Amino acid sequence: MPSMVDRIEQIEAGGRQAVSAAASAAELEEVRVTWLGRKAELTAILRGIADLEPAERGPVGGAANRTRKALEAQIEERGAELAAAELETGLVEDRIDVTLPGSPARAVGHLHPITRTRRLIEDVMVGLGYRVMEGPEVEHDFYNFTALNHPEDHPARMLQDTFYVDPAGPVEAGDGPRDVLLRTHTSPMQVRAMEAAPPPIFMIVPGKTYRRDSDATHSPMFHQVEGLAVGEGITLADLKGTLLAMLREIFGPDREIRMRPHFFPFTEPSVEFDVSCFRCSGTGTLNDSSRCGLCKGIGWIELGGAGMVDPNVFGFVSDSGYDSDQITGFAFGFGIERIAMLRHGVGDLRLFFDNDVRLLEQFS
Amino acid sequence: MKVPYSWMAEYCDPGLEPGVLAERLAMTGTEVERVARVGPPDPSGFVIGVVSEAGSHPDADRLSVCQVEVGDGLRTIVCGAPNVAAGQTVVVALPGAVMPDGNRIRKAKLRGVASEGMICSEVELGLGTESDGIMVLEEGLAAPGTPAAEVLALDEAVLELEVTPNRTDCFSVYGVAREAQAITGAELAPPPWQGPEVQTGGAVEAVVSVTVEDPEMCPRFTARAFTDVTIAPSPKWLQSRLVAAGQRPINNVVDITNYVMLLTGQPLHAFDLDLVPGGELTVRSAIEGERITTLDGIERELKPGMVLVCDRNGPAAIAGIMGGSVSEVSDSTTSVLLEAATWKGPNILKSSRELNLRSEASARFEKQLHPALAERAQIVAGKLFTEICGATVVEGMVDVSVGMPESRELKLRGGRVERILGMEIAIDEQAEALERLGFGVERDGSDLVITVPPDRYFDVTREIDLVEEVGRVNDLDRRLPATLPAGSDAVGGLSRQQTLQRRAEDSLRETGLNEIVGWSFTDPGEAARLRIAAPDPRATPVTLSNPLSEDQSVMRTTLLGSLLGAAQRNLSRGAERVGLFESGRVYLPAADVGPGPLGGDFPGKRRAPANELQHLAALVTGPLDPPSWSDTREAADFYALKGVLERLGAGLGVPLTVRPGEQPFLHPGRCGEVLASGSSLGWIGEIHPAIASEWDLVNCLAFEIELAGLLEASPLGNEVYEDFTPFPPVDRDVAVVIADEVAAGEVLAAVREAGGPLLVDTAIFDVYRGKGIAEDEKSIALRLRFRAADRTLSDEEVDPAWKAVVSALEGLGGRLRG
Repeated sequence: MPSMVDRIEQIEAGGRQAVSAAASAAELEEVRVTWLGRKAELTAILRGIADLEPAERGPVGGAANRTRKALEAQIEERGAELAAAELETGLVEDRIDVTLPGSPARAVGHLHPITRTRRLIEDVMVGLGYRVMEGPEVEHDFYNFTALNHPEDHPARMLQDTFYVDPAGPVEAGDGPRDVLLRTHTSPMQVRAMEAAPPPIFMIVPGKTYRRDSDATHSPMFHQVEGLAVGEGITLADLKGTLLAMLREIFGPDREIRMRPHFFPFTEPSVEFDVSCFRCSGTGTLNDSSRCGLCKGIGWIELGGAGMVDPNVFGFVSDSGYDSDQITGFAFGFGIERIAMLRHGVGDLRLFFDNDVRLLEQFS
Repeated sequence: MKVPYSWMAEYCDPGLEPGVLAERLAMTGTEVERVARVGPPDPSGFVIGVVSEAGSHPDADRLSVCQVEVGDGLRTIVCGAPNVAAGQTVVVALPGAVMPDGNRIRKAKLRGVASEGMICSEVELGLGTESDGIMVLEEGLAAPGTPAAEVLALDEAVLELEVTPNRTDCFSVYGVAREAQAITGAELAPPPWQGPEVQTGGAVEAVVSVTVEDPEMCPRFTARAFTDVTIAPSPKWLQSRLVAAGQRPINNVVDITNYVMLLTGQPLHAFDLDLVPGGELTVRSAIEGERITTLDGIERELKPGMVLVCDRNGPAAIAGIMGGSVSEVSDSTTSVLLEAATWKGPNILKSSRELNLRSEASARFEKQLHPALAERAQIVAGKLFTEICGATVVEGMVDVSVGMPESRELKLRGGRVERILGMEIAIDEQAEALERLGFGVERDGSDLVITVPPDRYFDVTREIDLVEEVGRVNDLDRRLPATLPAGSDAVGGLSRQQTLQRRAEDSLRETGLNEIVGWSFTDPGEAARLRIAAPDPRATPVTLSNPLSEDQSVMRTTLLGSLLGAAQRNLSRGAERVGLFESGRVYLPAADVGPGPLGGDFPGKRRAPANELQHLAALVTGPLDPPSWSDTREAADFYALKGVLERLGAGLGVPLTVRPGEQPFLHPGRCGEVLASGSSLGWIGEIHPAIASEWDLVNCLAFEIELAGLLEASPLGNEVYEDFTPFPPVDRDVAVVIADEVAAGEVLAAVREAGGPLLVDTAIFDVYRGKGIAEDEKSIALRLRFRAADRTLSDEEVDPAWKAVVSALEGLGGRLRG
């Protein structure tokens, strides 16, 4: 008669085979009941151990317990396998049409191209050590003209070029019918900033400006950025380097700058500055040998005006620590729309203030 | 300023292609708008011809059939000009020649007669602006067949300069020649006025006398007289120079005055001396109501302040602007009184604007000329009168003057150029540059002592102006290094307001709204259309004195108008979904300002004239979301936009509350006041349907708030960590039935107030109207959360706070439900 231990081995072999053969969670449960359940042979053996001879109890008990544990572990393992397989099968059947359009998330809106361009310029100049300041748009003549060295009879002061504000209206007006106006440039903040703080100053002033002009390239309202750097030892060469650094950030690392002497009342020397054309790399000619339309074949794109702060301007803020023998500085100004038009190929300035969403949504 | 290249080259020929010189000028401070060409593109097909026979055309009354000698024999040419006649010396365009207008001349039959070329007029050749027929040259000017370009300026390049207003010297051909010399180093010929000075006084005083009543307006008045003048057309060379420079030839006397003005920069005026009674002229201010007929035939009314040159009978010229027809030079003129005067520039500018009359003369005078120029012009004109008009010069010159301005000496300190420009220019180079520009230069140690010539007297007044001159002619663009400010320890950055402003704008963008930039101006009727009325400050806009149009004549006091307009435009163009916002300024009556620039507090000693506040406003009409196949979209309602507003607040850490409010343009039942920490920031609501319909809009929600106040309430960046408690909360729900008119916000506020420190959170989770609730009531369900930081709360501890909440609700007239 085979020993009890041999029988237990046979049970284990049979049980293992049955577990492996179970093809579903339900079959596996049946296998468990058959081989490890209350009526199972192994269970009976374990229950009968106490009735055995003392010498047999140890080997039989040990073998029976090992077998039970082994089978339990195998059942658990097989159960996990079966569950994973069933899940997989279920998922495969649970199909959707992935080609249908997604349910839209809340649409993201768009910043106006002028805002985006303004922020770009601000970020570049902040990186160069500048602060960003804002000034009033309804301004005193003093800041817009007088303190910027415009003579009393300067043509820009004429009614056909500058919007004047009715002093009888709700404004704090000084003397005369022409004290209050809409600023014609962002330059008045040069004087305001210097009145408010001693040198050094490194600032830019983005903002709205106004001139009595209206066509495809002139708008009665437009945006400018003013720059001002004042301190000891600041030179025209520093202006060139600063503008070059700025323009390379905006238009690309290969750009060059050109400065042409010019005339402005509040800078001396004065220059106009151009950037080399980023479409034709300054050659004026495109790859197909046609004339570059962006720079009109010149290779340079005119951007703005600049120069060294005129000593007469410092004269208006000498109280605040600006002595033109000690302090020098440069200032520059250019149009935000102009940069946006160049970067994004917008041909008509007026489109910016039309606010058609078909334009706005092109700038994400 | 149009400068014919060959005219300039008579004084300084840099030997450069006109285009190359133009670029050099542009890079040294004088923009060249373009290099124009006068005459045909290629002059080779144009020759001198002599008409040997001119007969009538057999089949056309207006045409003549001519035989023209062109050097290689006679040619038959059909001519349509009425003035063609045998014996004339003319310009012939041979077959193959291309006219200035691009037409190519061909052999052709004209009404059956073969024609081998064309006899040209000034206009056809591009040499004139008007002509009565063909151009007839002086007899014997050149042999037939001579290329026309040898005797006429047929191949002229004209530099069209954009002279900056400070450079009065470049409003003259000789000044531009000097500039060309300075920037190229080419030799400069002596000025055309070089020679013996004209003596003041003399015989002329017997025929001309001048009185200047207001020397401030007329620092110098010079006059000379010429007799035996023969009026005739000017010689062709002079005419063609004038035409190339953009002037219309008239007769030799007038042409000389224009020519001398173009050459020297000093305008002149010629009077017919016989039409100036007694030769007496008086310079004085106009009298109210006085009138003059100017040379252009227009009668003009004068105003006091305008300066006149008068004869005994009244105005004979508007000083510095235009002469009068009363003593106009005509074909019968035999004596000329030639005026060269100096006028006060600003007054000329003012008068010319008031008269709406600008002339070549006023354009120069208004920039202020130096009195020395007057004499120069008299010298040059005197020579030409003799040469061209066969005139006899009456000896001497009348000269009424307050004297020359004091000669100006400036010091250019050593090292100053480098200090300003940031590049080294050797002192010898500096001296040389200034000398070439016509300045007197003397060395004084390491400094230069500079004498400013009359041509630059009003332009170069300070050391800094010399620095500019030295820089610009020394190849500034190429030589100037590109550096960054040395030793700058400036720290860049955005202010807190600017950083938070960006965040607020981004937050609205992220909720799906598109940003617009609206006009700062609006029409004065907008406030009324929005039913905004005094004393609301928004009814009193900042007003422009000189708007471009009525539509843009006042400054906006709310962003709402810009948003309504943009919404209307977009919907009318087929947009389905309009969700817009603007971050921009409104302009309100001067008031207390702050905080910061967004609150209207700007740097500087003088306050801003108006109260400029940065506002943030949004407007939605239609669904907020784009269309989808999966669900139906509903048009945004009040709560949808309020959600946007709350998200804006949340992005800045500011809890925004809304309480019932009032705005004249809002639906009275859907109108809220927006608050942060108890202070009012603005409004939110549905636009009143009657007002929305004025902009063709329906169901339109909007809000507008002051940005500075919102940002001020933001703790962003200043948050302090608060330890969170590990102890569990006690949550209790309550439903209260309360009168409909009690706002949810009031209920919440009362509960929060009563709940004490243990009540950490209160939220509404349901509002119910309907079955079981009276018609004028509603049921509001609230979840209250109690918690202590240091212990687990027992029901007993919560009860007193709970009871306080219940009695607060009862205090509002509510009763607990079920």
